[in-house]
Amino acid sequence: MSAVTAATSSSASAAGKSALARLGAALVSRLVIIIPYLWLLFFFLVPFIIVFKISLSQTAIAMPPYTPVLDFRDGVSGVVAWFGALNFDNYIWLTQDALYFNAYVTSVIVAAISTVLTLVIGYPIAYGMARAPATIRPTLLMLVILPFWTSFLIRVYAWIGILKPEGLLNELLLATGIISHRLIILNTYTAIFIGIVYSYLPFMVLPLYSALEKMDNSLIEAAKDLGCPPTSAFWKITFPLSLPGVIAGCLLVFIPAVGEFVIPDLLGGSQTLMIGRTLWSEFFGNRDWPVSSAVAVILLLLLIVPIMLFQRAQARAQEQDL
Amino acid sequence: MNATWSRFNIVSIVLGFAFLYLPIVLLVVFSFNESKLVTVWGGFSTKWYVSLFHNQGLMDATWVTARVGVISATVATVLGTLAALTLTRYTRFRGRLLFSGMVFAPLVMPEVITGLSLLLLFVAVGFDRGFLTVTLAHTTLTMCFVAVVVQSRLITFDRSLEEAAMDLGAPPVRTFFQITLPVIMPAIVSGWMLAFTLSLDDLVIASFTSGPGATTLPMKIYSQVRLGVTPEINAACTILIAIVAVGVIIASLANKRREVQRQRDEQAAQRG
Repeated sequence: MSAVTAATSSSASAAGKSALARLGAALVSRLVIIIPYLWLLFFFLVPFIIVFKISLSQTAIAMPPYTPVLDFRDGVSGVVAWFGALNFDNYIWLTQDALYFNAYVTSVIVAAISTVLTLVIGYPIAYGMARAPATIRPTLLMLVILPFWTSFLIRVYAWIGILKPEGLLNELLLATGIISHRLIILNTYTAIFIGIVYSYLPFMVLPLYSALEKMDNSLIEAAKDLGCPPTSAFWKITFPLSLPGVIAGCLLVFIPAVGEFVIPDLLGGSQTLMIGRTLWSEFFGNRDWPVSSAVAVILLLLLIVPIMLFQRAQARAQEQDL
Repeated sequence: MNATWSRFNIVSIVLGFAFLYLPIVLLVVFSFNESKLVTVWGGFSTKWYVSLFHNQGLMDATWVTARVGVISATVATVLGTLAALTLTRYTRFRGRLLFSGMVFAPLVMPEVITGLSLLLLFVAVGFDRGFLTVTLAHTTLTMCFVAVVVQSRLITFDRSLEEAAMDLGAPPVRTFFQITLPVIMPAIVSGWMLAFTLSLDDLVIASFTSGPGATTLPMKIYSQVRLGVTPEINAACTILIAIVAVGVIIASLANKRREVQRQRDEQAAQRG
C-alpha cells in the first residue's frame, strides 16, 4: 500500500516536474527568438528609421548637426513632433545637383560591369573546381575561402603597389618590352574594376561551385551521346542548371559593390565618382548629416529590389535543404 | 559532378589562384625589403618590423582592435547561434519574414549605409561614441554571418539524436547543452572566427561609429595608406595575415582531429 502511494506521489511529482520543464522550455524557446529579434530590431531596423527621419531634417551648426533633434524627455509628444517636422529640401537638393545623379548612375554601371567581369572570370574557376578529382576538392575550396580571411583593406592596398605608374605591373611590362611607356591604371575606373573583381571573386566562385558540384554529369554524357557538341551542351544543360548559383553570386557581388567605399577611394582616386565615396565625403568632409542620410536612403531604395531578391533566394535555398 | 578534368579546367584554376594570391604574396615579400621604395628590391631586412613595434599609435590601435574583436565576436556568436536556432527550428511565428530579412540583409548591405545608420542611432539615444559603440556595431554586423554559418550546420543536423535524448527523459535545455551544442560546436567555432576576422578587418563601420580614443587598426592603416605605400604598412599587414593564417590552420587541424576521433568512435560503436 505504502509502495503504491509512494509510486503515485513520485509519478505526480514527475508530472509536476515535467509540466514545469515544459513551461521552462516554452519560456526558453521564446527567449531564443526574442533576444536576437530585439537586438536586430534595435540595431538594424530602428537605425534605418532614424536615417530616414534625419534625411528629412535640416542641417544646423550644432552637435548633432541637424534640427530638429529628437528629445525623449518630452515623451510621446516629443517623438510625434519630431516626426511631424518634415522637410524634403535635402531630396530636392539631390535632384538639383547633377553630381549625385551621376554618382548613382556611375556606381550602378561600375557595379554591373564588375559583376559581369567577376562572373566571366569566376565561372571557369568554379567549373574547374567542380570537375576536379573529389580528393582535392576540399583543398581547392579552402584555397578560395582563405583570401576572404585576410583583410579586405590589405588586399585592396596590395593593388596600389602593383598598379601605380612606377608599380610592379608597369616595371614588369616595361622590362619584357610589351609596353614602351608606363600605363596609367591607378586612379582610373580600370583600377576599380580590378579591385572589385579581385575582392569579390570568392563570393562569386563559392555559390557557382556549390551549384555546379551538385550537377549530375550523366546529363552531359547523355547530351554527348545524342550528338550534342560540347559548347552547346554547356549552354543548354550546364549553364541553365547552374543558374541559381549565378544569380546568388551576382547579387553577392553587385549589391555591396554599388555602395563600395574602400576600393573607389584607394584605387579610384579623386577622378572617379561613386556614391559610397560621395556619402563618405558628405559626412566626414562637409559634416552634412541630413544630406548624407538622404544619399543613404536613395541608395537603399536603389538596392531594395536586389536585396529582396537575395533574401528570397536565401530563404528558398534554406527551405530546399530543410 | 564527376567528370574528366580537362586542360582548360586546370589552366583556369591555376590562373584564378595566381590572381587571388599573387598580390598578397608580393605584399608579404616587399615587407622584408631593405629599400623604402616599395617596388625596388634593396635586399632582405626586418627593420620595418622593428620600427613597427616602436610605433605607439599602431600598437594602441592593435590593442583596441583585439579587444573589440574578441568581445564583439563572442557576443555575436551567442546572438548568431540563437538567430540560427530561430531560423531553423521555429518555422512559423509572427514576424518570421522580417526576422530572416534582418538576418540576411546586413550580409550584403553596403557598409556606408550600416555605418551611418548605426552612428545616427547612437547619437539619437545619446551614447558617447567610442569603444562601446564600435563593439555594438560589430556585434550587430557579425552576428548575421555567425547565424548563416551555424544555420547551415543545423540544417544537416540529425534531429533523431535530440528526440532520443528527450525520450530518455532529458529536458530540452539539457538536451541542447549535451547533444545539440557539441554537434554544432565546429560551426560555432568557425562562426566566432569569422566574426573576429570581420571585426578585425572592418574600416567603414568602425570609422562611423568609433570616437576619440578608440581608433582601430584598419582606421590607423587607412590613414597611413592615404599618405602613400610604405614598407612599414606592408609589415603591419603581413603580421595581420600571419595571425589569421595561424588561426585558420589551427582551426582546420582541430577540425580534422575531431573528425578522426568521430570516425574512430563510430567504428568502436559498430564493433559494439
